[in-house]
Amino acid sequence: MENLINIGVRSIFIENMIFAYFLGMCSFLAISKKVTTAFGLGVAVVFVLGLTVPINWLVQNYVLTGGALAWISPSFANVDLSFLQFIVFISVIAAVVQLTEMAVEKFSPALYGTLGIFLPLIAVNCSILGGALFMVGRPYNFVEASVYGFGSGIGWLLAIVALAGVREKMKYSNVPGPLKGLGITFILVGLMSFGFLSFLGFSL
Amino acid sequence: MSAEAVEVIKEQKAEPLFSKKNRKLLSNPLDIDNPITVQVLGICSALAVTTQLKPAFVMSLGLTIVTASSNTVISLMRNSIPSRIRIIVQLAVVSLWVILVDQLLKAYVYDVSKQLSVFVGLIITNCIVMGRLEAYAMGNKPWPSFLDGLGNGVGYGLILMSVAFFRELLGAGSLFGFKVFESVGLHYQGNGLMLLPAGACVIIGVIIWIQRAINGYRESH
Repeated sequence: MENLINIGVRSIFIENMIFAYFLGMCSFLAISKKVTTAFGLGVAVVFVLGLTVPINWLVQNYVLTGGALAWISPSFANVDLSFLQFIVFISVIAAVVQLTEMAVEKFSPALYGTLGIFLPLIAVNCSILGGALFMVGRPYNFVEASVYGFGSGIGWLLAIVALAGVREKMKYSNVPGPLKGLGITFILVGLMSFGFLSFLGFSL
Repeated sequence: MSAEAVEVIKEQKAEPLFSKKNRKLLSNPLDIDNPITVQVLGICSALAVTTQLKPAFVMSLGLTIVTASSNTVISLMRNSIPSRIRIIVQLAVVSLWVILVDQLLKAYVYDVSKQLSVFVGLIITNCIVMGRLEAYAMGNKPWPSFLDGLGNGVGYGLILMSVAFFRELLGAGSLFGFKVFESVGLHYQGNGLMLLPAGACVIIGVIIWIQRAINGYRESH
């Protein structure tokens, strides 16, 4: 249990998808103008990450790694499909995203309208595939992988809501014309990431 | 010969290969329609692989190849893709090209491929590729789509190289691994801040500032 809490805290704060790895930046920068939309996208990312990381864990451990197919028949013990990793992972992710898109379109048309192109683009949100690839590189079991996926999603949600909050306040400050919008946002993200660096000292 | 191929030939007869419109497709992404600084696409890798010039260069090359070729392929298939599952089809095409690039890098420049680690795989999810497929290749003919992919790849590379230039120069005092300051007899203490992704964020911010100050692009909000 303690182990799980450690993985959760680590994936939310210390190894934050945005501020430590800079994954999922495109939608992070583009959808963070308002707190409400940012929150909507963040929840969608939590959902997709929390779902795809465990699914991809199953795929990795029962289909892709060398000898993983032995559960079907011992004669498959020498089969190694890990070169198919990218294409299989991304297919799982794209399928889950398409499901999410249909669900959001049905249950919350307003949110669907505001998220626009960025909903299908969750499929290419680097943090989702990045989460799956990082998960493969670490010796997690199924429960740990689920916690890791969910925690990374929460970390992403936290980051985008924080940035959206700051950007809403930015309206009242006098930014030089050419720096307005994207430029100052980049510098903001840099500064926020300096703040998150202080979590690096924690060892769990 | 397939219907698409015929279409390509017809189109090439209709307008010269490098007409003014097609040249614009190549040159716009370099400046006023730059994928990183204006369209806000492909930021993740721009921050992650730019600590040195060499991986940045390889990454830009890989991305240019993937964008241009998947743009062409998707544009050839655009009339037969059902819109409900278009994302999966696009991703399948893109990941094919990425697997090719990944294997090539592993075969010929293994050390750089190690250095880029997951980021070659992440070309699949590089928003530039998907963004261009969605925004351009799905509605345009193969040749302009190819040019559009090429232009965006090069525009991406341009920003990547300039970020990497400053990060390597200020962070490690070298360019392409060549010690610039030592060679003229100066000692340079590397600035660790530049090697952190946070430093890259600030550099991109400043590049955007300079670029927009020159071309006059303003965001209205």
